[in-house]
Amino acid sequence: MNRVFATAVLAVVVSAIGVRSAAAQANDVRLKPDTTNQLHDAQYPDVDIVYGASLYAARCVTCHGAQGDAIGGVNLRSGKFRNAQSDNDLARFIRAGSPTAGMPPFALDNAEMAGMVAYLRNMNAIDTATVKAGDVARGRAVFEGKGGCVACHRIGRLGSRVAPNLSDIGSQRSPGSLQRSLLDPTSQMMPINRPVRLVKKDGSIINGRRLNEDTYSVQLVDDKERLHSVLKADLKEFTIAKTSPMPSYKGTLSADEMADLLGYLMSLKGQ
Amino acid sequence: MTSRRRFVACSVAGLICLLSLPVQGQVTSQRLVNASTEPQNWLTYSGSYWSQRFSTLDQITPANVRNLKLQWVYQSPVAGNWQTTPLVVDGMMYITQRPNDVVALDPLTGRVFWIYRYTPNPDRIVCCGANNRGVAILGDTLFMGTLDAHLIAIDAKTGREMWKTEVATTTSGYSITHAPLVVKDKVIVGVGGGEYGIRGFIAAYNVDTGKEAWRFYTIPGPGEKGHETWEACPPKSRQAADAPRQSEGVCDPDAWKHGGGSIWMTGSYDPQLNLTYWGVGNVGPDYAGAQRPGDNLYSASIVALDADKGTLTWHYQFTPHDVYDYDAVQVPVMIDNWGNTGINVVAWANRNGNYYALDRATGRFLLGKPFVKVNWMSDFDERGRPNQTPQPPGMPTYPGNQGGTNWYSPSFSPRTGLFYISAWEDYASIYGPSPVEYKEGRNFTGGGPRNFSAVPGAPGFSRGAPINNWTEAAGHGAVIALDARTGQRQWKFDMTDVTDSGILTTASNLLFTGGREGFFQALDARTGALLWKTNLGAAINSGPITYRIGNKQYVATVSGLSLFVFALD
Repeated sequence: MNRVFATAVLAVVVSAIGVRSAAAQANDVRLKPDTTNQLHDAQYPDVDIVYGASLYAARCVTCHGAQGDAIGGVNLRSGKFRNAQSDNDLARFIRAGSPTAGMPPFALDNAEMAGMVAYLRNMNAIDTATVKAGDVARGRAVFEGKGGCVACHRIGRLGSRVAPNLSDIGSQRSPGSLQRSLLDPTSQMMPINRPVRLVKKDGSIINGRRLNEDTYSVQLVDDKERLHSVLKADLKEFTIAKTSPMPSYKGTLSADEMADLLGYLMSLKGQ
Repeated sequence: MTSRRRFVACSVAGLICLLSLPVQGQVTSQRLVNASTEPQNWLTYSGSYWSQRFSTLDQITPANVRNLKLQWVYQSPVAGNWQTTPLVVDGMMYITQRPNDVVALDPLTGRVFWIYRYTPNPDRIVCCGANNRGVAILGDTLFMGTLDAHLIAIDAKTGREMWKTEVATTTSGYSITHAPLVVKDKVIVGVGGGEYGIRGFIAAYNVDTGKEAWRFYTIPGPGEKGHETWEACPPKSRQAADAPRQSEGVCDPDAWKHGGGSIWMTGSYDPQLNLTYWGVGNVGPDYAGAQRPGDNLYSASIVALDADKGTLTWHYQFTPHDVYDYDAVQVPVMIDNWGNTGINVVAWANRNGNYYALDRATGRFLLGKPFVKVNWMSDFDERGRPNQTPQPPGMPTYPGNQGGTNWYSPSFSPRTGLFYISAWEDYASIYGPSPVEYKEGRNFTGGGPRNFSAVPGAPGFSRGAPINNWTEAAGHGAVIALDARTGQRQWKFDMTDVTDSGILTTASNLLFTGGREGFFQALDARTGALLWKTNLGAAINSGPITYRIGNKQYVATVSGLSLFVFALD
C-alpha cells in the first residue's frame, strides 16, 4: 500500500476532532465485516490504523499515555485486553466505558471505531511519526474538479443525486473501505446500490438504483434524478447488475491527489 | 351481553336474538380440549391444543376473498411492533400490548372494555424488546407472563389482578414473553433469557392460587437424566494444545449452571396421552461451543412432559451441541393419523432448516428433511441424529443465524395435508465465536454471527421496514408448503423482504400471512396463488387469526402496533 494514501487521514482527523461531539451512533456496529469477531487480524488497512492513531492522540492519550501504559496494570500495547477479546468486545467496551475504573464512554461513529480498534490492535507495529498529512481542501478540489465525482455524487447541495449521497460518508465508511471504493468500486458497492434496469410492458426503460423494494413494487431514482415507484406486474424485464458504474481512480489520480481526496471524504461527517 | 349496540338490538328484536349472540360462559378445560369445534372463538395462542392455526370457518373463500374490507383498527399508544396473538372468547377479544398491558375489546367494533396495565421492573433484563405474545384463559381468568418473569392472573370481566407470582428473578436475566398454556387446573409457562446464561425451566402453577405445582429444568442438574451430556472438561494441558479452538472459549466445568435452554414459544398438549410438548431454546453461551462440551441437553430440543407432574417422557434434540443459535422455539404442531399411517405426530419445521415428524407417544424419529438450503449437516442416522458438517472459519453457514424459519407460527391444513412455513431462503451467516465469562444478568452469547453477504470493508447495515436495503444479496422471505407426510415442497410464494409472520389456514383453502413489508396477503392454500393483498404499513410480526360473530367471519392480524380486522363487506 502506498504510504501516502494512508497519510491523508491524519490531517482530516486533527481538523475534525475539535468540532465533533457525539456523532450519530448505530447500535449494530459492524467494524470491518471481514474481521468482525476475530480475535486478531493483521489485515487492518493502514489508513484505518493511522486514523485510529490520531483519534487516540486526541482522546485517549491523556489517561493512557503515548505508549499506552500510563494506567497501572493496563498496557494497551500488549495486545491483550482484560475486558475484551473480539473487536466487537473492544467496541462495546469503548462505547460503554468503565465507570468503576473511571473511564468515560466514548461515542465514536462507525468509521472512528473501526480506526480505533485497528490502532489498538497495531499499537506496537505502527510508526505514526512517519505519517504525512493529506489535505482536505485540496481533496475537495479534486472531488469537485479533476475527479469528476459531482457528476454522480452529491455532498450538501452540490452534485448529482444519481449515485449515493456522500454527505456523511466519513462517519459511515472506514478509511480502508473508502480507499478501496476509489480503487475498486465494485468491491465496496452495497447491494442496494446495484444498478438496475427496468423495462416496462409499454417498452419504456428506467435505469437507476433502488431506494426500496418489496414483493410487488420497487422504488428507485433514475439516471435523470427522477423518483419512480413501479409495480413489478407492469414490468417485462428487471435486471440487477453487480458491477458498479463508478470508474476506478487507480492511475487517473496521482498518489497525492488520491490521498487528498480520501482525506476529504473522511472529513464528511454530515450534520 | 357486553356492548350497548347489542343491548339495543336485543331489546328491539326480543329474546330470539340472544340465540345468535355469543354466550359468555366459562371456558372449561374441556372446551379447551375441543377448541376446534367452536371455530367462532380463538381460545388458545395457536387456536387449539393441536396448534395447527387451522380454522373450519369457510365463509371467506378463494372466490370472494378479494372483497375483504377493513372493519376496524385498534392502535396502541405504546410504540414498538407487537408479537401478540389475540384470543376471542364468546364475543370478547383479549390482546396484549407493550410492555405488559392486557386489553379487552369488542371484536365487532374494536372498542375497549378495559385495560390492565402492568409496569415491569425497570431493571429487567430482556434481550429482544418488550415483546409479549398473548394470554391464556380458563374460566373467567386470563393469564399473562411478564417481561420481569412474573405470572399474573387477571379477571377477564374487570381487568383486575387476581394473583401474581414471581416465576424467576428478572435481574438474573429471566423473562417471560410467550402466551401461557392452560392444561386442566394448571397454567404452564417457561422462562426466556437464553442470551444471559439462565438455567431454563418449564413450570406449572395452580390456576386459582398461583402456587407452583411442578418444575422441569430444561438443563438437567447432577444426578438427573441428560446431565451426562454436559461433558466433563478435558485436562487443561489438552485444552492448551487445542489452539484452534481457543477462540471458542475455555471449557467451563460448571457450564450447565448457566446453560440456557430458554422457553419463548407456547407449547402444545395431547389430551389422550396427557403429554405437553415444548420447544427448548439455545444453549448458553450461544456460540462459544468449547466452553460446554457435549450435546448440551435439552437445549435445541423438544421435550414431552407429563402434564400433571412435569416429568420427562421423551425428548428429541434437533441440533446437538448447537453453535448456531438454532434454538427449537417453534410451536409444536400436532397431526393425527399422519399421512394415513395411523401415527399421531408432532410436525416441526425447525430453525436449523429441517422439517421433522416425531411420534407423539414415543418421540421416535420418523422424518427429517431440509426445507431450505442446509450445510451445517449432511444427513441423519437411523435414530435421527444429524451428521454435522461445520463450515471452515469465515465461510457461510446455511441457514443463517435467524434460521430457515424461526418462532413464526406455522400452519397445518388437514384439508390440503400441507404444512406451511414462513421461511428465509438463500440466507446464511458467518459465525465468529469468542470466549465469554458468565456474569449474572450479563450478555452470555460468546461472539456472534454476521451476514455473509456484507460488503467487505463496508459497515454493516441493519434492516427493518419500511426500507428494505438488504436486497437479494442477503436472502429473502417465502411461504413454503410441504407435504406434511414426506416433507416434499409443493409450492412456494416468494417475498422480496424476509418475513416474521405467522400463518393461518382455513377449511376453504385460504392461507393468510404477512411479512416485514407490511402486506397482509391471502393465498390459495392448494397452489400458493396470490388472491388478495393489502398494505397495512408496518411489519406483521405475529400470526393472523379468524373468528365469527353472528354469521360473519372475521380475519384479524397485527401490523406494527395495531390490530386490523377484516370481513366481507
